[in-house]
Amino acid sequence: MVILPELVLLAGALAFFVISLGKAPEDKLVRSTALLVGFATFAAAVLAFNSQGTLFHGAYAIDRFSQLFKLLIGFALALMLVFSRNHKDIESRVRPEYFLFQMLSVLGLMMLVSAVELILMFVALELSSFALYLLVPMRDDRSGVRMQMEAGMKYILFGVMATGFMLYGMSYLFGLTGTTSLAGITAFLSAGTPQPAAVVAVVMILGGLFFKLAAFPLHFWVPDIYQGASNETTAFISTIPKIGAVALLIRFLALPSGHPQFLVHLLAGVALCSMFYGNLSALVQKDIKRMLGFSGIAHARFIILGLLALNGEGFGLAIYYIAGYVLMNLACFLVISTVSQRGENLRIEDFNGLYRRQPLLAFILAVGLFGLAGIPPFVGFMGKFMIITSDLRADHLLLVCLSAINTAIAIFYYLNVVKAAYTADPENRPAVTASPSIQATGVVLVAAIVLLGALPSRLVEYAWAVVQSML
Amino acid sequence: MTDFLTDWGLILVTFLPLAGALVMMAVPRELTESHKVIALVASGASLVMGILLIANFDYDDAGALQFLVDKEWIPLINSGFILGVDGISLPLMALTLLVVPLVIIYSWNHIPSPGNPKAFLALILILETGMIGTFAAQDLILFFVFFEIVLLPMYFMIGVWGGPERKYASIKFFVYTMFGSALMLVSFLALYFLSREQTFDMRILTELGGLDIARTTQILVFGGMFMGFGIKVPMFPFHTWLPAAHVEAPTAGSVILASVLLKMGTYGLVRFCLPITPDATMLLAVPILWLSIAGIIYGGFTALAQQDMKKLIAYSSVGHMGFVTLGIFVLNTRGLEGAMLQMINHGVTTGALFLCVGMIYERTHSRELALATGVGRYMPWYVTFLTFFSISSFAFPGTNSFIGEFLVLAGAFEFDRVVALAAIPGAVLAAAYMLRMLQKIVWGGTANPDQSHLTDLSKREIVVLAPFLLFVFWIGLGPQPFVDLMHVSVTNLLDQLHTWQEGHRVALALWR
Repeated sequence: MVILPELVLLAGALAFFVISLGKAPEDKLVRSTALLVGFATFAAAVLAFNSQGTLFHGAYAIDRFSQLFKLLIGFALALMLVFSRNHKDIESRVRPEYFLFQMLSVLGLMMLVSAVELILMFVALELSSFALYLLVPMRDDRSGVRMQMEAGMKYILFGVMATGFMLYGMSYLFGLTGTTSLAGITAFLSAGTPQPAAVVAVVMILGGLFFKLAAFPLHFWVPDIYQGASNETTAFISTIPKIGAVALLIRFLALPSGHPQFLVHLLAGVALCSMFYGNLSALVQKDIKRMLGFSGIAHARFIILGLLALNGEGFGLAIYYIAGYVLMNLACFLVISTVSQRGENLRIEDFNGLYRRQPLLAFILAVGLFGLAGIPPFVGFMGKFMIITSDLRADHLLLVCLSAINTAIAIFYYLNVVKAAYTADPENRPAVTASPSIQATGVVLVAAIVLLGALPSRLVEYAWAVVQSML
Repeated sequence: MTDFLTDWGLILVTFLPLAGALVMMAVPRELTESHKVIALVASGASLVMGILLIANFDYDDAGALQFLVDKEWIPLINSGFILGVDGISLPLMALTLLVVPLVIIYSWNHIPSPGNPKAFLALILILETGMIGTFAAQDLILFFVFFEIVLLPMYFMIGVWGGPERKYASIKFFVYTMFGSALMLVSFLALYFLSREQTFDMRILTELGGLDIARTTQILVFGGMFMGFGIKVPMFPFHTWLPAAHVEAPTAGSVILASVLLKMGTYGLVRFCLPITPDATMLLAVPILWLSIAGIIYGGFTALAQQDMKKLIAYSSVGHMGFVTLGIFVLNTRGLEGAMLQMINHGVTTGALFLCVGMIYERTHSRELALATGVGRYMPWYVTFLTFFSISSFAFPGTNSFIGEFLVLAGAFEFDRVVALAAIPGAVLAAAYMLRMLQKIVWGGTANPDQSHLTDLSKREIVVLAPFLLFVFWIGLGPQPFVDLMHVSVTNLLDQLHTWQEGHRVALALWR
């Protein structure tokens, strides 16, 4: 069954659709179904790991590249659903719809990593994006300022604009080559003389993808959406769509657009702006989700630094980095959703004394944040270090130095939160309860962060081999 | 037996404490006695493995790396999982293996507020893995990972279990040391790209002549590594994190910080800066010597002015480590051997002194010298131990530090009379501040507070202090075995340095 994960997700989405048709369903039923679908998707991704095949007249490719990404998506989804089922600030009436859209969004992402034809890519991207746009405003309006509506509007408008760029770029590619399949485009572009229009097309497509990855200059939506959406929605937005974006970025950067130097310079510029903008803005944030949003913008630079090598090694490292980033971010959001009493947004001072209130959560938060800061032996350090080494090999000295300076800047705001959690007094902050399943998920995330950091070779070499086979 | 030790010895020694920490994580927090037992068993097992390694170490071949473990780790960047010990790292590893179990025994009933022995002891075990790994690692990235692993547990120990200014002290320690390590990482990356086969393997990089680096590049690479190690030593003027961290850390943290963490800096100087960048070392040796002397004098004077016992010993550490770097950068056998011996001596003596201060703190609940005066009448055993450690601290003949400091000064005189004469006041200052502290604590004056409620040392505390005392006199009265252990490695290192110097004499002459 080559498309087992997709079918499982579709079945899950339909199940939620059926649940949502009836009267107000029991919370327990909804939560258990969500968890079941999540783990079933992961199991299906594992089972389908070695499948090969093409569907839909060669538009849909199932190969090692796509299945690796589906495995990463499935793993992240399963872990995320364990802690984000509880949805403290989404009305129980709309929870089935919420999960319906979430499953459809992940389905769109899985289709996206397998798509090798432009129209299918667009359809998959829109499926995942539109379902995601709907998730953001689905938040109880406790504060009365309708922040989530504002966030939802910004997300839709921005997202549609970014997709517009992408579609325009895709139309250029079609116009140049007369075919919408990536294989055909590659063959056409590598055969003739290098066309500047091809580079323009790729750049515009990249614009659409930078939106999903939260890289400069399409990052403006990040802080407001992260803050406006519910904690669990932000956990989803900040992790899983980025995996899909990386897959698509690799596919498009692998196209022989004929002017690789220009692309490298463009990517370098994007990386530089992302890192400075993200890190400097994160320094002054008081809301933890906004801070993590800006940190995500800064981390996008490492993905781009990996991608700008434009060879199999760099792409493999980008895959390793996004896997690590997703794990670390999920660890942080696990703690955020659990500490937040009724789903409200947390400020950094809300973590004061978390060590006294719930030591395990404080530990998970510390591991996630120190991993993001790039401290050994976590996966953040190993990913950063390998990307820096491979970039130095390609002589991007200035970029690496600036990136190192930014890492130093970033340590400050990550350490701030850890300092609050460990050394500050809890004063009168409420007690935090963490169910055993959440604690177990947290421990699994921590173990994964440490193991991936201490023993990176397996994943990096597999990713490299996979990318080489795709190129 | 030796096969097993070669294949698994170093891996067990390094990772047994981490395994203990992982076991502790699985045990619920309430079973405090079990946690203490697991911690002691894990560090004790590591100690036993260490003793086996020491017993099976080939002392005639002390210059070569023994018990070598060489496995693939990250082939993508040519970094391997390489562990090995030689005459330079073995004593430091032995020091770590000795100190940690004793610290755990001391902490048995003395977990500072807010308690939680599980977390506290688990952090000590993770620290131990990091420290032993640093001394055993023979690959730059592996070294860097272990070097940094030490930062996190120490940050938490200071930040959670520390004194009143712990927030400031923990962040200062973390950020300052991290800054140095970042520069060190840049140097390591530079070495990777400068080496012919693009490798991080230290064995290849430290063979002189394996790298043909131009002088300016050498100075830059040396600078990066020197920042990383110099901040950790701590060299004047990068020492300002030390008083804060030492004073605010809990006793167990201070002991580990003073005994082992500071040695990681000087070990790095000997292991990396000397063999890999000899040109830069020889060029910058004299300024660094004067920095060391500044540290000795400054540490001495500041310690003399202290009213807080822990701060006094912290500044004395700055002074002592000044002697160590003095010994390293005079670049002759006596100096280097003296420096290496002083590393061990300082670890033993200052570790014991911090334990003593911790014991007084437990009883009087204050670190103020004025409140701890005149305890001699009521705590005879305590002041006996304190006296021996104090006189060892200022290098009284018969104690371990005397041998070390004498060798360092002899080496300094061999190098340059002025430098050595400048260092002598430091030794005098050490005597001044230690005797002042000793006199106050043991006898005090006419205005002593009433100390009659103080209890003398418990059996546990005597058990903890006794091994330190044993080493103070063992190294002090019979230093030859210890010096012999380091001799071969030191002479190898210096031979390489001098051969390199000979070979490049023409080039050097052109530069000068």
